[in-house]
Amino acid sequence: MHDTHAHATEHHGPPRTFIRKYIFSTDHKVIGKQYLGLGLFAVFVGMGLSWLMRLHLGWGNLAIPGMAWLSPNGAPGGVLTPEYYLQLMTMHGTIMVFFVLTVAPFAAFGNFFLPIQVGAEDMPFPHINMMSFWVAFVAFCILFSSFFFSDGPALSGWTAYAPLSTVGAIAGPGQGLGQVLWLSSIAVFCVSQLLGGLNFIPTTLDLRAKGMTFSRMPLTVWAWFITSTMALTAFAVLMPACILAILDHVAGTSFFVPSNLVVSGQLIPHSGGSTLLWQHLFWFFGHPEVYIAIVPSMGIVSQILITFMRRPLLSYKVVIGCMVSIGFLSYMVYGHHMFVSGMNPVSSIIFSFPTLIITIPATILVLIWLGSLYKSRLRITTPSLFALGFISMFITGGVTGFFLAQPPIDIMLHATYFVVGHFHFVMALAAIFGILGGTYFWFPKMFGRMMDERLGKLHFWLTFVGAYCIFMPFHYLGLAGNVRRYQAFVDDYTVHLLPIHRFSTVAALFTGAVQLIFLYNLIHSRFWGEKATDNPWESTTLEWSTSSPPPYDNFGGRHPIVYHDPYQLGIQSVSGADYIMQDSPEEVRPEPTETH
Amino acid sequence: MAKLLAVTIVIIAALSAVPIVRHTWEPPTDVSKNGPAIDHQIDETMTEAGICFLAGQVVLAFMIWTAAGRGREHKIGWLPGGALGMVILAFLIVGTEVIVLGAVSSKVWAQAYFARLGAGAIPVEVQAEQFAFYFRYPGPDGIFGPIHPDLINDATENFYGLDPRDQASADDIVTAEMAIPVNREIQLIMHSRDLGHSFYVPALRIQQDFVPGLDLSVHFTADKIGRYEIVCTQLCGLGHYNMKAYLDVMSEPDYDAWLKKEAALQ
Repeated sequence: MHDTHAHATEHHGPPRTFIRKYIFSTDHKVIGKQYLGLGLFAVFVGMGLSWLMRLHLGWGNLAIPGMAWLSPNGAPGGVLTPEYYLQLMTMHGTIMVFFVLTVAPFAAFGNFFLPIQVGAEDMPFPHINMMSFWVAFVAFCILFSSFFFSDGPALSGWTAYAPLSTVGAIAGPGQGLGQVLWLSSIAVFCVSQLLGGLNFIPTTLDLRAKGMTFSRMPLTVWAWFITSTMALTAFAVLMPACILAILDHVAGTSFFVPSNLVVSGQLIPHSGGSTLLWQHLFWFFGHPEVYIAIVPSMGIVSQILITFMRRPLLSYKVVIGCMVSIGFLSYMVYGHHMFVSGMNPVSSIIFSFPTLIITIPATILVLIWLGSLYKSRLRITTPSLFALGFISMFITGGVTGFFLAQPPIDIMLHATYFVVGHFHFVMALAAIFGILGGTYFWFPKMFGRMMDERLGKLHFWLTFVGAYCIFMPFHYLGLAGNVRRYQAFVDDYTVHLLPIHRFSTVAALFTGAVQLIFLYNLIHSRFWGEKATDNPWESTTLEWSTSSPPPYDNFGGRHPIVYHDPYQLGIQSVSGADYIMQDSPEEVRPEPTETH
Repeated sequence: MAKLLAVTIVIIAALSAVPIVRHTWEPPTDVSKNGPAIDHQIDETMTEAGICFLAGQVVLAFMIWTAAGRGREHKIGWLPGGALGMVILAFLIVGTEVIVLGAVSSKVWAQAYFARLGAGAIPVEVQAEQFAFYFRYPGPDGIFGPIHPDLINDATENFYGLDPRDQASADDIVTAEMAIPVNREIQLIMHSRDLGHSFYVPALRIQQDFVPGLDLSVHFTADKIGRYEIVCTQLCGLGHYNMKAYLDVMSEPDYDAWLKKEAALQ
């Protein structure tokens, strides 16, 4: 632990030019906003792609207005071709997992709030931080550019299984240049997240303000710290895997291509590679990635709930212990994606148990949140609604994990819509609810204005109900054996399931449209929202003790000293409030609590 | 608004459970020897996970209902047992589930994957390629002829790359549909010609990926005569959705007759 004034201000002074202030900024807050902007743009692109996919799945021959113009090859006459459907699906998954679920809760909020919450003036390596964002931006551009090449983006899904992803254009549209662009984009994205992790970890370890001991760090700081250590190891494996796959494309190597494959009637000139090697490398990254997406939201939701319950959680240390356990176990479970892959069947049993065991810390977390709600003073606001919605989604997604953790059940449910329903609830929806909750919660601090609560609550209600309508039916489809990644359902046993798909499609169109309320609220509030006070939610952590938005050096020349645990709520302060800020020297006087 | 949220959560949870309880959408009826154990494990897990799901949502709703709107005139209460109680509860409930589900599912998995192949099992080879399955029977000699990838020629219907001069290949029977006799163990040898594919027969409760460069073997027994769909579940390209074949489970005499007919067509 160090005094912060020894650090960041010596690295760089306030920028004077527009470019250094808003474009190539080294200020962690601007970089956080840039990441949030990227995540916001990406989520609307990803959602737009899902609209097209859902329309096509519901009504396969539908000419989608404008698509013939947007993509004459991919949607002649406006009807998506089978390959274009898969290309849209690949882009949807890739954009959402990497550029939304990783970028928004971790890189965006983490960048903006981690240094402020520990009382630092900036990250220790501001230029590396700036580079992290711009490298991520380049990665997004590389990925997006594949839409504009002749045979379009890759169609091998966000998991890019070899050898479909490594034998080249001979495997189908998008599998040549489109796949190389995909692999390049992800390799570059890995670099950006490695650079980000390099800043997050020393910020947490070395730049904490005086008095900010480990046991006084907010749960969000713990969540970002745990996530950044996971990111360092997970992305460090995916990046070389992508480079090896690129070499298979362009340098004639055979890391992931075995001998004697005959693709499209041609004998492939590769030999000696292993297709399962890609799966091992990908999922060694891929499963921790699930937690890279969700752990920050666990921290955000804890922070929001504490603020609006007006009390600390039942246990601060148990929550941290759970997040650490989840992070640790996430490296021991990845094989559950490969139960039927051809991996040794003994491995399946070995991977099954940690997968089941990881539900224990996850359950403890949920029980801690639920138990903390008990006789709290819950305030219903937009952020707290989204945090409560997160718990509901996380429970729903969590219990379906019991099925997929068991190898014999996976025989039936692997690669079906059950899996799609499971990961959309537990990773996508839960994380998105965390992100939305975080946005409503921290918007006043980031932009100095309040978001419209009325519109926020409307947004929550429609999104909450809509999300269940879209994704809950996926479980029924999966249980009936409906295979995922099909652009049409021609199997006899799935034809009768089409009405369920149509129901999901209508719900997706509706819920997607509802997000325009959020977008409007975001833009309108940014310019015309009510001015925010420094601490509009009466919260306790350090970001609320500085101005909204914070000054360039975060605390206006002040060097905060931390006197308390992060969550001194439900107590009696001298001023009569029920909370004391972390940097207030005031002595804590607990309220008398009820006894049972 | 909090009470409305609590009610909404309970309604969503209850409605979500209805199709499960009523078995509205089910997979094709099981016709395999291993299927009942798998189905039973799914049912058991559904019961346990379903209880956790409903209990979790109802408790969440209850907590929201009772906690919202409590001002400072209400004292903050601590749940009896506190965090330690929650930890013990999680270990008791989920820990028990982990042990029970893990142990039983390992047994079911072992029955499917570790059981020894019976002596009289019928070998059938399935080759996957974009976007079709082909099946090969070894013929009277009981030996599959070697595959020569350089001889593969779809135009001459040499889908496997068999050398007609090779004695072991000469009597091999290659078909586009799979036929097997009922109640006989089948040894399925899985070979991919090009990319990753999968062999999924929902009615047989079988799903296994093809691994290019590696021939895998699984075995199963079908116990009901009928026609069932084989579909691909491993994304393999633009025609993935349409990669399918049929499995005909027939009586032993019908199977023998079918094999003879197919041999004559080679």
